[in-house]
Amino acid sequence: MSRELSYAEAIREALRQAMEADPAVVLLGEDIGVYGGAFGVTDGLLELFGPERVRDTPISEAAITGCAIGAALTGLRPVLEVQFMDFITLCMEQLVLQAAKIRYMFGGKAQLPMVVRTPAGAGTGAAAQHSGSLEGWFVHVPGLKVVAPSTPADAKGLLLASIRDPNPVIFVEHKLLYRTRGDVPEEPYEIPLGQADVKRAGTDVTVVATSGMVPRAMAAAERLAGEGVSVEVVDPRTLRPLDTETILRSVRKTGRVVIVYEAVKTLGIGAEIAARIAESDALYHLQAPVVRVGGAECPIPYNRGLERAAVPQEEDVVRAVREVLAA
Amino acid sequence: MKALSLSAERLRAMLSTMLLIRAFEEKAEELYGLGRVHGTMHLSIGQEAVAVGVCEALRPDDYILSTHRGHGHCLAKGADVRRVMAEFLGKETGYCRGRGGSMHIADVEGGNLGANGIVGGGLPIATGVGLSIQIRGTQQVCVAFFGDGAANEGAFHESLNLASIWDLPVVFVCENNQYAMSMPVHRAMRVERVADRACAYGIPGRTVDGMDVFAVFEAAQEAVERARAGGGPSLLECVTYRYRGHSKSDRQRYRTREEVERWRARDPIERLRGRLEAQGLLDPEAYEALAAAARERVEDAVRFAEASPEPDPATLLEDVYA
Repeated sequence: MSRELSYAEAIREALRQAMEADPAVVLLGEDIGVYGGAFGVTDGLLELFGPERVRDTPISEAAITGCAIGAALTGLRPVLEVQFMDFITLCMEQLVLQAAKIRYMFGGKAQLPMVVRTPAGAGTGAAAQHSGSLEGWFVHVPGLKVVAPSTPADAKGLLLASIRDPNPVIFVEHKLLYRTRGDVPEEPYEIPLGQADVKRAGTDVTVVATSGMVPRAMAAAERLAGEGVSVEVVDPRTLRPLDTETILRSVRKTGRVVIVYEAVKTLGIGAEIAARIAESDALYHLQAPVVRVGGAECPIPYNRGLERAAVPQEEDVVRAVREVLAA
Repeated sequence: MKALSLSAERLRAMLSTMLLIRAFEEKAEELYGLGRVHGTMHLSIGQEAVAVGVCEALRPDDYILSTHRGHGHCLAKGADVRRVMAEFLGKETGYCRGRGGSMHIADVEGGNLGANGIVGGGLPIATGVGLSIQIRGTQQVCVAFFGDGAANEGAFHESLNLASIWDLPVVFVCENNQYAMSMPVHRAMRVERVADRACAYGIPGRTVDGMDVFAVFEAAQEAVERARAGGGPSLLECVTYRYRGHSKSDRQRYRTREEVERWRARDPIERLRGRLEAQGLLDPEAYEALAAAARERVEDAVRFAEASPEPDPATLLEDVYA
């Protein structure tokens, strides 16, 4: 049985079902209890599971990240909410030097089943320190999995898989997606990490889009369909490990590719995807240069018009698709 | 002199462990000098009473988080000296299969959740271990070792506060060995004692002579029992001294030979030996036998480690899951 849920509700349902299934799952984070989380994602879970398993923490990002690590090392499955992805900069030492390395550094003798959930992205007028898309930093780190769902159904299945995973997962939620709605199965289910999804099949151009850019790519594809252009939209869903093969298969078929991501364009996930295409036989199928549509090379500005201009919009995707078709 | 409350057998075992740590580290230094080990190392010679006094207060199923200067913690927690030496030499038979080395040695099964190359890096993790113990209801205790340098990291503040508000069973043990690399502690903080900071977190803070294994043990036992009983965390500062430099690159320009000699006159091993002899629990022959046994265990560990295989480069990516 499935019914329509918002992305935020789907995440909450995954948390609830994971907690019901396994008493080792505990939630940690700033204002996740009575407040329900800065974006309301954990709303109601305190009432269901009590303050021991839904833990409001002080504003101490390094300590609460380490707290998740220590708990994961010794038998719990913590899910930490970092209130804004920008604040993950305050968690970097614990995530990058500790969580990512412990299993390897200890010769495989330890496991860290922990998830760090965090809302990313611009579009809410939150300006330069509350609008970042920093997932690329973590994709650069062996030892961290990076997941970025774009739909409610993906969010639920990927979060359940992330919580069950024996390794640390950075789970990137996009703020603008929280209210988007879609069909979500009621029962618990897992979507394996590392599997891309073709969100729309097409034959003329491949658009690889991540996180909050997926709905924009879908809207662009719909618009272009009206002009007789068939766009295939591929959502990697997991950024590390990256399902390169699904992307390459699509590129071999269409011969044209646009990569859309909200993070600053330079060295973002699009750079890696472009490089993997260039390193593969798919290169010989290309009929036009690869085009990346990424965030502007600036902090996210406050003003609405400036903010809009700083991140890729539907029309930017449409323009890029026309560009690769014209080449 | 106060009577020692531990059995003669336990006291001799503590002395043996201190001798083992010293012999291990002197051998480590020798191997380094001979070019038989690469990388660097951080020796705790002079600080053995802290590792042994604290770990003596723990149960086998309790946890510790160690530091970059962690050989002593690891051995005091009960690790097999052969596998510690093998790790030091980067061998497949080491605790971390040669992937971690001196600075990252962990004996997870034995409750040592790892040495740490980041100053203060283990403090946040200790809070999570404490939380896990509390939620699982196992009455274990977690000890977080750290140095005086780490007391000036933000992680120190965040972690002690978190442990305090949640009454976590964590004992924060500061090994104040007087220097954060070259920075003397009195130039790095205005308060006289690291333990003075405990009042900021509403937890007990105590400073003890870290060259006296018995003083360390008694204070640690009190803090551990408090934590085990649900009384929450404590901060225990052990005032000690490292005889060697920070690492192998250290030319020790920041201290005098005379200062080192003054501390060496308070050597923790000699001190325990003196007390045991004064109380008729040990004679010079028995001491020599313990010291010789420690040295032989280390020699055996070196033979084991040197005969052990190197990790196969084909296994470079094992345990990489993403």
